[in-house]
Amino acid sequence: MTPSSAGALTISDGRLALSGLLILVNVGLSAALRLGLGRSLLVASIRMVVQLLLVGFVLEWLFHQDQATLILLVGAAMAMIAGVSAVQRTRHRFAGIYLNSLLSVMASSALVTGLAVTGLIQPQPWYNPQYLIPLLGMVLGNTLNGISLGLDRFMDGLRSSRDQVETDLALGATRWEACQAVVREAIRVAMIPTINSMMVMGLVSLPGMMTGQILQGAAPAAAVRYQIVILFMIASATALGVFGVVGLAYARLTSADHQLRLDRLVRAAEAADGKAA
Amino acid sequence: MPSRPAPLDRPLLLSATGLERRLGDRLLWSRLDLALAGGDRLGLVAPSGAGKTLLLRTLALLDPPQTGTFHLLGRPPAAWGLPRWRAMVLYLAQRPVAGGGTVAANLRAPWRFQERRGQGRWSHGRITGWLAALGRDAAFLDYDAERLSGGELQLLALLRGLQFDPTVLLLDEPTASLDAATTAAVEALLTDWLAAGARACVLISHDGEQIERFATRTLELQR
Repeated sequence: MTPSSAGALTISDGRLALSGLLILVNVGLSAALRLGLGRSLLVASIRMVVQLLLVGFVLEWLFHQDQATLILLVGAAMAMIAGVSAVQRTRHRFAGIYLNSLLSVMASSALVTGLAVTGLIQPQPWYNPQYLIPLLGMVLGNTLNGISLGLDRFMDGLRSSRDQVETDLALGATRWEACQAVVREAIRVAMIPTINSMMVMGLVSLPGMMTGQILQGAAPAAAVRYQIVILFMIASATALGVFGVVGLAYARLTSADHQLRLDRLVRAAEAADGKAA
Repeated sequence: MPSRPAPLDRPLLLSATGLERRLGDRLLWSRLDLALAGGDRLGLVAPSGAGKTLLLRTLALLDPPQTGTFHLLGRPPAAWGLPRWRAMVLYLAQRPVAGGGTVAANLRAPWRFQERRGQGRWSHGRITGWLAALGRDAAFLDYDAERLSGGELQLLALLRGLQFDPTVLLLDEPTASLDAATTAAVEALLTDWLAAGARACVLISHDGEQIERFATRTLELQR
């Protein structure tokens, strides 16, 4: 018997299906305003349901495993998916962008989640999947957003500030002196959502994980403690990941000869075409 | 105006040999040699799209590696370091850019680059002297750089470059947005500045008469 059936009320199949009717609100609105979202809404709803039901099965299986290697492999797979999705939302690409994103996501999430399970929360054993996997998931989901925002902003910033950057280079600036304003702005923008969410935490939003714990019958005071730890984990992992990915992109889009290498940048659509060809 | 080779009685400042540049599949130029001696004012003559701007960018080493060897005062770029090279072979872009703040703030900003540390600081007197020669008073220094006209922006860019006394000044349409009187003043100012040391410049201009007036020799790029 899984722990979930002990705490909260179980949602029956019929009622689960009934909840799907809520999406009709969106479908109706889309039809009335001709937003053209009907198809996307349908696909998104079906994907969400199927993915979550599958994850339910996978997690149930995973929580009964006790091999560290297996659990770490699952974690690595999650990090890879996050690294790839972070890039897919950007409007421009360069060779090596996926590797940069993967490295940044993996290094930052491994470091922060590792510290959390070995030092802060200390489940037994440290790789206990019931702790490790949800914690990693929370960290990855947020780091992904930061990385894709930071990358996108950095590439866009270099493009729009190109004349300024090259003017500085022509006046004898090093590549760092010429690009630092763009680097700073990209990192700053990528950190804003995390800071904003911490600002209103508990006042406007009750985070999903805390809601879940409370529904399970956990004492709110205990659930809150988990939430605090998780938010600090998210903030530091996002900062590390964004710093890493923007730094690697900076190294790639400039050269040791202090040149701007925007010729290495292509639009996402063209990059996709190139891959298909 | 016939093209004459660089005279040998004056010191050789910049040499570039075997230059080749492609843009996509198109060969812009190949086996191009170029030498600048002190006092040279080289006018680049070529139809639009022949790569005049790219040639200046190439000399400032702003673009990814291309075919060709470069020497400044006998030393290759690697020996100088790229920031130092660009401080000495200074390129002024066709469309000048200014950052936020006043004209004075923009003139001061590049003095803070690592490359220039310990090499002096901006001289108010020198700048106002130049401004007077250009028919502007010192109030120009307090203008908001982001609200300058195209012509004023060109003056700002010119002074921002001149104040570092580069060995070679690469001018890309420096007077395109200026009236006739200011253009004449800029030419006179440049002539004086060039005469004050072992310096040379390369000029791109859409105005054939300006090349005729200002250049001591010309280089023609074929399309």
